[in-house]
Amino acid sequence: MSFDLAITVRRPGRTVTVRIEPKPGITALFGPSGVGKTTVLDAVAGLVRPDSGHVRIGDTVLFDAEHGTDLAPERRGCGYVFQDGRLFPHMSVQANLLYGHKLASPERRFMTLAEAAGFLGIEGLLHRSPHTLSGGEAQRIAIGRALLSGPRALLMDEPLSSLDTDRRGGIMAVIERIRDELALPILYVSHDRSEVARLASQVVELK
Amino acid sequence: MPTASEWAIIALSLKIAGAAILITLPLAFLLAWLLARRRFPGRMLLDTLVHLPLVLPPVVTGWLLLLFFGQRGAGGRALEALFGTTLMFRWTGAALAAGIMALPLMVRSIRLSLESIDRRLESAARTLGASPWRAFATVTLPLALPGVAAAMVLGFARSLGEFGATITFVSNIPGETRTLPLAIYTALQVPGAEESVTRLAIASVVLSLAALLTSEWLVRKGGRHVL
Repeated sequence: MSFDLAITVRRPGRTVTVRIEPKPGITALFGPSGVGKTTVLDAVAGLVRPDSGHVRIGDTVLFDAEHGTDLAPERRGCGYVFQDGRLFPHMSVQANLLYGHKLASPERRFMTLAEAAGFLGIEGLLHRSPHTLSGGEAQRIAIGRALLSGPRALLMDEPLSSLDTDRRGGIMAVIERIRDELALPILYVSHDRSEVARLASQVVELK
Repeated sequence: MPTASEWAIIALSLKIAGAAILITLPLAFLLAWLLARRRFPGRMLLDTLVHLPLVLPPVVTGWLLLLFFGQRGAGGRALEALFGTTLMFRWTGAALAAGIMALPLMVRSIRLSLESIDRRLESAARTLGASPWRAFATVTLPLALPGVAAAMVLGFARSLGEFGATITFVSNIPGETRTLPLAIYTALQVPGAEESVTRLAIASVVLSLAALLTSEWLVRKGGRHVL
């Protein structure tokens, strides 16, 4: 499975146009800040409606302007890892991790809580509150929350940008394992050339 | 200590204030949500109308209630025809008057808490499979809860102090509409009732302080989530 999209999104002051050919692995959306990379992720997740074009993951049509297809965000199965984590502040780490897991139908789930905790090295954090987590810990939980919701693809918005150099290596290794072991297509937003060179099998540059 | 009849006044005041916030809360939440989240024509007008009881002389609010719910008013006739009941000179009328006076405070408090919630958390819930309604119930509502609780306490305190609209709308009837402020006012007219005035006034101060402390505590408790 892989992303196949060609969309145009008009926003106040700029128009974002992007085309991504289906290709397995990690597709990096690369470009300077303010160019509309997050807007593309939002459009794939269904949080922003493109003005024209289509968004497909494998055989599933998420959006098609011509045929009037526009799945609601909760029906798209896009695990979105936000730049700022966006953990639910009123829930424990464990409740955050299980939020999407409980809503996913059993056949969509591919991981249990214990497996995800082991995979991400977060076993010791389950009973903590999100506001006590470091940036790197919060980002792992955000990734775990997305994986546990049984997504068909992952959207990652600069998941390393809020971390110091030491932590970056750890999260990058996790992302490589998701790519290689789980074979999930990943749309990865970054403005860091070395990050993109290490992770991505396809680079789409936004200007 | 208060006498038996003074305890009865305190109990009646608590009953009226309690009923007032229970009938006002759903409306206050709906109004707060509309004002915080929706853009629609007439939003400014609605915002102004909600705040009107805060700035109008309470006597005017009471008089308007009297016009509407009196025997010849549209609301009064509808109540009479549908339920064979009236709000006039009844404790239920006192609760309505107190509730309307508390409405602006309650809307403000709930609206502030709704506006302080990061709406992107709701987007996050949607991408994890939550319908709009589930995202509201599991993310928005729990995060707004301290504000809602603070609104209830503030509204309760405001209702306990209600005087002008109540005495205008439902008069000053012992055992039915004579709440703490009305009882204090009445006792002040009677020579030699100073002790009763003092006891009722102390009861008012204690209840108001307790309500304010509770609401302050709830707001702080809510603030922990935001930080």
